[in-house]
Amino acid sequence: MTDLAAASRPSSGLAALLRHSRYVIAENRVTGFAFGLFLLIVLAAVFGPYIVPHDPLASDTAAALKPPSMKHWFGTDQIGRDVFSRVVVATRLDFFIAVASVALVFLMGGLAGVAAGFFGGWTDRIVGRIADTIMAFPLFVLAMGIVAALGNTVQNIILATAIVNFPLYARVARAEANVRREAGFVQAARLSGNGEFRIVLAQVLPNIMPIMIVQMSLTMGYAILNAAGLSFIGLGVRPPTAEWGIMVAEGAAFMVSGEWWIAFFPGLALMIAVFCFNLLGDGLRDIVDPQRRT
Amino acid sequence: MLTMFLKRMLMAVPSLIGVVIVTFLLTRALPGDPAAYFAGPAASQEAIEQIRAKLGLDKPLIVQFGNYVNDLAHGDLGNSLTTGQPVGKEIKSRLPASAELTLLGLIVSMLVAVPLGILAATRPGSLIDHACRVISTAGVSLPVFFTGLILVYVFYYLLGWAPAPLGRLDVFFSPPPQVTGFYLIDSLIAGNLELFWSSLKQLVLPATTLAIFSLAPIARMTRASMLAVLASDFVRTARASGLSPHMVIVTYAFRNAMIPVVTTLGMVFSFLLGANVLVEKVFAWPGIGSFAVEALIASDFAPLQGFVLTMAIMYVALNLIIDILYGLIDPRVRLEA
Repeated sequence: MTDLAAASRPSSGLAALLRHSRYVIAENRVTGFAFGLFLLIVLAAVFGPYIVPHDPLASDTAAALKPPSMKHWFGTDQIGRDVFSRVVVATRLDFFIAVASVALVFLMGGLAGVAAGFFGGWTDRIVGRIADTIMAFPLFVLAMGIVAALGNTVQNIILATAIVNFPLYARVARAEANVRREAGFVQAARLSGNGEFRIVLAQVLPNIMPIMIVQMSLTMGYAILNAAGLSFIGLGVRPPTAEWGIMVAEGAAFMVSGEWWIAFFPGLALMIAVFCFNLLGDGLRDIVDPQRRT
Repeated sequence: MLTMFLKRMLMAVPSLIGVVIVTFLLTRALPGDPAAYFAGPAASQEAIEQIRAKLGLDKPLIVQFGNYVNDLAHGDLGNSLTTGQPVGKEIKSRLPASAELTLLGLIVSMLVAVPLGILAATRPGSLIDHACRVISTAGVSLPVFFTGLILVYVFYYLLGWAPAPLGRLDVFFSPPPQVTGFYLIDSLIAGNLELFWSSLKQLVLPATTLAIFSLAPIARMTRASMLAVLASDFVRTARASGLSPHMVIVTYAFRNAMIPVVTTLGMVFSFLLGANVLVEKVFAWPGIGSFAVEALIASDFAPLQGFVLTMAIMYVALNLIIDILYGLIDPRVRLEA
């Protein structure tokens, strides 16, 4: 598995990687499509607040609960806010939560896993025990408990999402580091006098990066879903902040009386984002590890 | 056989200990002073001290943990701050509602996903194979609360087929005499068919929501494992020996393909128990999930802690059952034990 992945990986650096990526994207239209969607999401996250037609927080009770029209593309909510503007502006917060929690869990789980796989012994046992304990909970329920206990803030949503993903990262990183424990390049580094910590950080970690990046992309979708689910039940983000989960929650009551657009569009945005991350993760896995392709 | 059961039971013990420690730490991690928190914002310093002593918070952490475990062993999960009722009692009375919903959702999902996965695997490249792939990719991307709301809009508001998403029974009915706590079963025991239909109607949408959610991983796993089994030597031998395709698929391949699927059920349950909370909120389902959400809104920590603990214990127990099932399906596991 490793030699094939290594063979497909470029020896001449960036140019070859780009060529290979272009090949994979051309080969698999779906990945190209997902990549386009991803660019759209990033653009909305960066420029969203500057390009939306209406102020996402401005209420206009005269225009409350209006169905989608030319003026309000996605209609207006119960206090007359423009749903389209809110959906676009919310991209930044949702995207930020997902990226931040994935980066955090990469730091915690990735490093702990690499250390566990490389050093073995007690480090391995402790990391394994922590991961097992987290896995003993239904993940969303544990995230609820953590946010409720630590306080109802966006930071804690990020932290809780990172913690529930910890076992996944720790396991992947552990397995990958473990097979490289006695690899040639590790022994070479050891013989030229590098310390063990230096080997972990400078040799082993960069080598498992491709697989960890795939892992990050695959869990991004779950991170967004988890965060939106938490804010749907009233944790973390507070009104009137625009965030997809809370917007669906606000629109839920109007679903039974026929005002479908308030909850529908943020829900749709959420779905598209998760769908995009999942497709992208599968595509990235094809680039990094063609053998695991399904 | 019995030794295997006992061994599995023992393996669940470290998980349980971990779960109890984490739930204990979660209360102690409450921001600020828990005593001030439980006393409320208007309490005087004296009252806070009194509560601290009453809650045992003035004792060392390890003694507090001992007290906590002791309370748990007596089934005491503390009292709700808002209602003053014991949390354990409330959770016990609400648990059947959640269990009925989750189990029905899982059964529906298995009934659809397993045949779908098998059909997709036996006819690769066909329409049903593509359908299986689309469903399993879309299914994992759908936020479960969103699916629920869409179903409510289509089947309640637009078509009028489903009743209003307001709990387990129509207001005109009263619950059947409690035997199992499952309204579907209890109403049948009571011989009340009208009540059975009413509770079934209320269950259809939330159970479908959960089923759609858990469909994806089960279908995907069934397809993948069926494909692997169909390509294996023993299936080829069975085919070469002239057994009918039906016999090969049902008797030989199916049983072996189910082994990884049963293992995936553990992960499915983890998602399902979490999704249950969201679905209960959408459908105003009076289960333990909505109990926890209500407690969250009121910043009432004891019910939430009880809920997290109950869910975790149930999850550990479910994993235990799955492991035992695994042994029943796969005799090799039994031999090793």
